[in-house]
Amino acid sequence: MLTLEKLTVQLGENRYCYNLCAGVDRVSAILGKSGSGKSTMLNVIAGFLRSTNGELQWNGQSLLGLPANQRPVTTLFQQHNLFSHLSVEQNIGLGINPQLKLTNEDHSSINRTLDEVGLHGYAKKNASTLSGGEQQRVALARCLLRKQPVLLLDEPFSALDESTRHEMIELTRNVIQEHSLCVVLVTHNSDDAHMLNAQLYELTEGELIKQN
Amino acid sequence: MPLTSSIGRWWMPGVLALTVLALITVLPLAALVLSATNVAPQDVLTNSHFRRVIWFSFYQALMSACLSVALAIPIAQALSREQRFPGRKLLINLFSLSLVIPTLVAIFGIVAVFGRTGWLNDFIGLFGIKPFSIYGLVGILLAHVFFNLPLATRILLQSLDNIPNEQWRLSTQLRMNASAQFRFIEWPAMRTQLVGVFMLIFTLCFTSFTIVMALGGGPRATTVEVAIYQALRFDFDLDAAVSLAIVQLLFCSALLLLSAFFKHEAPLGFGHRIPDQLFRPVSGYRWLNFLLIAVATLFVIMPLIGLIISAINPSTIKVLLHDNTIKAVFNTLFIALVASCLSVLMGIGLLLSSRHLRIRLGHYRLGQWIQHAGNIILVMPPVVLGTGLFLLLRNVADVFSIALGLAILINSLMALPFVLRILDGPLMQAAEQQDRVIQSLGIIGWSRWRLLDWPLVRKPLGFAMAISATLAAGDLSAIALFGSERAMTLPLLLFQRMGGYRFHEAATTAALLLITCLILFLILQAVVSGTVKRYNHAYA
Repeated sequence: MLTLEKLTVQLGENRYCYNLCAGVDRVSAILGKSGSGKSTMLNVIAGFLRSTNGELQWNGQSLLGLPANQRPVTTLFQQHNLFSHLSVEQNIGLGINPQLKLTNEDHSSINRTLDEVGLHGYAKKNASTLSGGEQQRVALARCLLRKQPVLLLDEPFSALDESTRHEMIELTRNVIQEHSLCVVLVTHNSDDAHMLNAQLYELTEGELIKQN
Repeated sequence: MPLTSSIGRWWMPGVLALTVLALITVLPLAALVLSATNVAPQDVLTNSHFRRVIWFSFYQALMSACLSVALAIPIAQALSREQRFPGRKLLINLFSLSLVIPTLVAIFGIVAVFGRTGWLNDFIGLFGIKPFSIYGLVGILLAHVFFNLPLATRILLQSLDNIPNEQWRLSTQLRMNASAQFRFIEWPAMRTQLVGVFMLIFTLCFTSFTIVMALGGGPRATTVEVAIYQALRFDFDLDAAVSLAIVQLLFCSALLLLSAFFKHEAPLGFGHRIPDQLFRPVSGYRWLNFLLIAVATLFVIMPLIGLIISAINPSTIKVLLHDNTIKAVFNTLFIALVASCLSVLMGIGLLLSSRHLRIRLGHYRLGQWIQHAGNIILVMPPVVLGTGLFLLLRNVADVFSIALGLAILINSLMALPFVLRILDGPLMQAAEQQDRVIQSLGIIGWSRWRLLDWPLVRKPLGFAMAISATLAAGDLSAIALFGSERAMTLPLLLFQRMGGYRFHEAATTAALLLITCLILFLILQAVVSGTVKRYNHAYA
């Protein structure tokens, strides 16, 4: 269970206060206009931004003291998830070991995960040669291999065309069930949320309001 | 407020670089200021000789900048209107040569073409016109235009090539003639750059040293920069040198502040990118375009041809095998390579820490200031810095026996602004887009450099090293202050041979210097840049 208790962020003039309980049973989807503070919330959870007040816990343990790379969290961004000069395998491998020291076992688990996201045989390809949809699949594969219980989705489908988007959402839904992840999705498109069968929250004036 | 994660020593490269920078600039500056308490810089303004020097520095810089920019406008326009002719790309690359060609080499070529016994005087002599001398203001302006006309042309051409195709298509539909196109499309595009270009060239010419040394220097044609050198090396008048250095420091700071108002980024290097499928309507007199292009080409290329032709003469072999020549080649290569490494290391150090401050911690201003520290040489030109180093070290060491070391320090600072400009983009851009990914994956320190930075930065790094080595190899200003028979470099040797009216020897030395620079440039770029493709294929 991921809990945000009056988690407060001050960004210049704007003040945001988040309250949320996100479980593993259902995706939590945060809807709101651009600039409403959706991405800010994910940045605080992931540790890219510091909160001024309140509490952030995973299974009862506070995350606030931990740096970004030690939190039980992994994020799929809208774009620029991959390093374009590296291969697919290397891009995913960085999620296992940031020095890219990979064992044979690591290589086979990379290949297994690539199969899972439908990119069999893509390991040696250069990231810059992939389409937008394929890049997001690789990024998702890396998220899975990091084996973190919390998956943050920061508009991951917004840069994709219509049919690719549907495929990617489908894949994400299967993967979430398979790995029983706690997922927080941020989007401006309520269709995404509906297709993931998510619990909806509306972010207005810096506060989250649960929708039915 | 962004979160500082426990990732260690991001500040270390920057602190190291700043420490080196401070040691070689702040200490000499302190030495200058402290000895200024004995002298009165304001006396410079009452001394009529110095007043003339200051006036001439401004006058020649103003004239050079006006001429370069005024001539660059029609040439850039002609080049932009003629998008397709054989050799266009080569010509534009030739225009970037002025960045790396050693100043003295170009001066030699200019003398060979425009000098008293040069081609042009021979030619006009046929019509009974009296030969003219290029020593003094005329020569200085000629050389400054030779270097800065191509620079200005490239910057203006870039802004013309960036005009969207739609504007041109629209102008065709609106049936604009050539002068209307100039007024409504080309001029507005160039105008945004004009003040910046003008300031850039004015500053370059104001602190110009080698050109004024070689072609001016008399009481009527001396700049502050050269006057400092003369006071230090010929009159042994330390007080005068210090006073002038402080005056120069103030002028340069003022110029830099003024330029900051007209902030602009001049394109650097050889990567003049032409957008795909440029649409340009045919307009104006095409013969006029080609005439302008031809004259500009001749102006840039003739001195080079003149140099090469005169380099091969009866004394070529003797000069090449001379002990002094061989020693000078080794010293030049040594200075170039060490200065280039030092410059690139400082540049990377500043950029890595600045990047962390700017992108990760959000202290954008502070990060930028750290980067700006690398441009200190613009405020403290080489001769001023040299004077400070001289004051600082004269009591603890024989400055002439450590001449090569001092030249290395000064040359590495002279190249640093170029290094920073070249590496800034590649080190910042990707990092800016992917900072959160990098942070969440915990890629830090050496791994980050090896896996993420090096592949992206390798090619520009090769270019930066090549540029800085070439600049150091061709530089006269640093070695002129401290050099001697014991510490001879090719530019210094060339200067002596030119001054001694040994034309043949000078010609061969100039060609040798040019070839040394070209080879240095090509080898460094090839070795450091490597073949980036191979890196990718190794994993493919």
